[in-house]
Amino acid sequence: MSLYEYLNYIIMPILSVSLFLIFVRLLIGPEIVDRVIALDLIITCGLGIIAVYSIMTNQPTYLDIAMILALIAFLGTVAFSYFLIKQKKTREDD
Amino acid sequence: MTEWIIIFLSTVGTLFIFLAAVGLVRMPDFYLRVSVTTKAVTLGVGLVLVSAAIYFNDISVTSRVTAIILFLFLTAPVAAHVITRAAYFTGTKLWKRSIIDDLKGRYEDKTISLEEEEDVSESSPSSKNNSTTQESPSEQDSSEDS
Repeated sequence: MSLYEYLNYIIMPILSVSLFLIFVRLLIGPEIVDRVIALDLIITCGLGIIAVYSIMTNQPTYLDIAMILALIAFLGTVAFSYFLIKQKKTREDD
Repeated sequence: MTEWIIIFLSTVGTLFIFLAAVGLVRMPDFYLRVSVTTKAVTLGVGLVLVSAAIYFNDISVTSRVTAIILFLFLTAPVAAHVITRAAYFTGTKLWKRSIIDDLKGRYEDKTISLEEEEDVSESSPSSKNNSTTQESPSEQDSSEDS
């Protein structure tokens, strides 16, 4: 079994199943903060998928996209928490 | 030889990511889920990225991977802290079998700022009524966490 077959038949299915499990939490999350961290985790799990895919296709250019995605995940989480706190403040002022 | 190192690193990293995904579904509480998110997934993605760096064996790819891992290690704890703080202030319940809630009754509900510790307020009496400004919660939070 070569490296590419191993990555294709074992690593990628496990990553896909974990992505599916995180998506389940995104759907059933009882609070909105659960959904926010599920979104964050989906992007971080996508980083791993991009890294494995760049090995499989022998294209290191995909790692640039991984860097940008890491930036966007952090910005998204911070923006969500900022607006959640702001929403609570405005509700209590009324 | 290099192939076996790549296989080992990517397998361990993928297992960490998978365990984190299972923990995100199975954990009973938001705060426990956040701890799973921060630790296990950061380690797993870091290991998978290191295996990509070993595969390409190029200085530009290695520097790129190092930048991504450094950025992840810097931002994951900060993002987890900020979202957990927002969750606590918006009233997310703890698990019913949680024992300790250190923040209970120690923050004012209106202004969302932590009350000061007693020794701090005694030593600096002028800084008692500053909880209405925007900057005061973050400052007091950082002093609480350190």
